[in-house]
Amino acid sequence: MNSVETKDVHLYYGDFHALKGITMAMKKNQVTAFIGPSGCGKSTYLRCFNRMNDLIDGVKIEGDILIDGVDIYKTNIQVDDLRKHVGMVFQKPNPFPKSIFENVAYGLRVNGTKDKRFIEERVERSLKQAALWDEVKDKLKKSAFELSGGQQQRLCIARALAIEPSVVLMDEPTSALDPLSTAKTEELIHQLKEEYTIVIVTHNMQQAGRVSDYTAFFYLGELVEYAKTKTLFTNPKDQRTQNYITGRFG
Amino acid sequence: MAFGTTSSSHKSKKLAQSAAFFIFRLLSFSVVAILLVILGFILVQGISVISWEFLTEMPREGMTEGGIFPALVGTLCLVAGSMLFAFPIGILSGIYIHEYAKDSWFKRFVKLMTNNLAGVPSIVFGLFGMTLFVNQFGFGDSILAGSLTLGLLALPVVIRTTEESLKSIDDSFRIGSLALGATKWQTVSRVVLPMAFPNIITGLILSIGRVSGETAPILFTVAAYFLPKLPTSIFDQVMALPYHLYVISTSGTDIEASRAMAYGTAFVLILIVLLANLLANWLRRYFGKKVKMN
Repeated sequence: MNSVETKDVHLYYGDFHALKGITMAMKKNQVTAFIGPSGCGKSTYLRCFNRMNDLIDGVKIEGDILIDGVDIYKTNIQVDDLRKHVGMVFQKPNPFPKSIFENVAYGLRVNGTKDKRFIEERVERSLKQAALWDEVKDKLKKSAFELSGGQQQRLCIARALAIEPSVVLMDEPTSALDPLSTAKTEELIHQLKEEYTIVIVTHNMQQAGRVSDYTAFFYLGELVEYAKTKTLFTNPKDQRTQNYITGRFG
Repeated sequence: MAFGTTSSSHKSKKLAQSAAFFIFRLLSFSVVAILLVILGFILVQGISVISWEFLTEMPREGMTEGGIFPALVGTLCLVAGSMLFAFPIGILSGIYIHEYAKDSWFKRFVKLMTNNLAGVPSIVFGLFGMTLFVNQFGFGDSILAGSLTLGLLALPVVIRTTEESLKSIDDSFRIGSLALGATKWQTVSRVVLPMAFPNIITGLILSIGRVSGETAPILFTVAAYFLPKLPTSIFDQVMALPYHLYVISTSGTDIEASRAMAYGTAFVLILIVLLANLLANWLRRYFGKKVKMN
C-alpha cells in the first residue's frame, strides 16, 4: 500500500524550475531515503508532503500529491490537519524553550487536547518510542535546552510522534549529530517503521544504505532512479546514479 | 626563514595590531569617561540639594527653594500615560509587521513610515500634539494631550524594538511549531512571543528613559511653568522634570539662586533613566531564565 504518491510534480521558486515532473510512490511502513547532491531538490520535494513550501514566497507547485489517498493540495484541505497527519523532524534539533514535558505535549495542546491524563500518557509513550524516556523520566520539568544535541533530536522525534502522524518526514536528521547519537537515531528509525511510514533525506549514502528499504536518487530536480535500496546501491541502472554512489561527484 | 624565528615583517604586523587595539581601547574608554564626567559633574553640583524634602516638597520662593515634587509626579504621570498609549499599539504593530505582513509594498511602506516617524524632530511632535490634541480635540494643555504626544514619539521606538526582538528569534522555532499543526497565531503566542519577551521588555523600558527626558513635545501640550499642586484628573496641567529644569536654568525668577536646584533636578532625571536601564537589564535576565523553563 502506498502512503505517499505523487504524479508529475513540478515546483518553481519564481523562475527557477526546482522539481521537474516527479512521479513516485512511497510504501506504507517502509523507510524511503532520498539521496542526491546539494541542490538536487530532495529536501524541496520532501517539504511538499506537509506543505512547508507554502511558507516560502513565490513558490508554485503543479501536479498531484496524495497522502493516504487524499490530494493535499485540494482547496478544502486544512494545512494544520495535514501537518498533524504528516510529522516532520528537521536538520538541526529545534526544541522549544520549554520543559521536556511541554515540548512533547505541545502538538497535543495546539490541536486542542485538554485532558491532562491523556497528555501525560501520550508524552510518556512518545518519549519511550523515541528511546528517550529512561534518560529524561526524572527531569521532565527541566528545560529541553539542558539535553545534549542527540537527546534534543530524539525529543523532536518524540514531539512529532506525540500527535500520531501516519507519515514522518526527516530532513537530514543526523547531520548535526555526533556518530554515537547518529547510530542511536538510525536504530530508532528502524523501530519506528513498524508504526509509521518514514521518508528521510540524507547526504550520507552509508546512512541511506543502513536505514532505508527504498532509495530514490535525485539530480538537478529530477528523479533519476528509484528502487529497493539494495538494488540501487549494488546494481544501479542509470550512469548518473552509478557516478554518484561511487563517489565520482557529489 | 625558519619557522619559529621572528622576522621583521612579523614584528611590524604585531606593531600595527597593537597600535590599532590601543586606539580602539582608548576610544571606548573615552566614551565611558565622558559619561562618568557628566554624571560626576551633575552629582557634585546637585548633591547638596538632594534630600527627602527636595523630592517631596513643592517649589517655593520663585522656585529657588523647596522641592520638585509636582514635577516628579508630573513626569511619572506623563510616562505612564504615554506608555499606556504607545505599548499596545506599538507592540501589536510590530508583531503584525514582522510575523503576519507578507513582503509587499504595503509592508515596506509601513516600515518606511515607521523609520521616518522615528526621525521626526521632537519639537515637531510638540507642534503636532498642540494642533491635534490640545486644539482640535479640545483636550487643552493636559496630561492627556501630553501623554498622547509623547506616546507618538515613543511609538516608532516600540515598533522597532518589537520587530528587532522578533527578528532575533530563529525561524526554526516557527517552522517546528507550524510543522506540528499549530496555527500561525498559536506559533506566535506560544513560542515566538515568550522567547522575544525579555528583549521586548528591555526595549520598552529604554523607551521610557527616552520619553521621561523629552522637553519639546510637552512644551505646548501639558507642561506648566509653575504649578505647585498635584493633578486630579487627566485634563489637568502638570509640571514636568525636563521642562522644570529648563525653566529654572533659563527663565526662572532668580537663575543664580536656583542653580543648585537645577543640578538637583538634572540628577533626579538622570537617576530615573539609569534606574530604568538597570530595571531593564534585570528583567531581561529574569525573564530570560523563566522562558527556558516553561
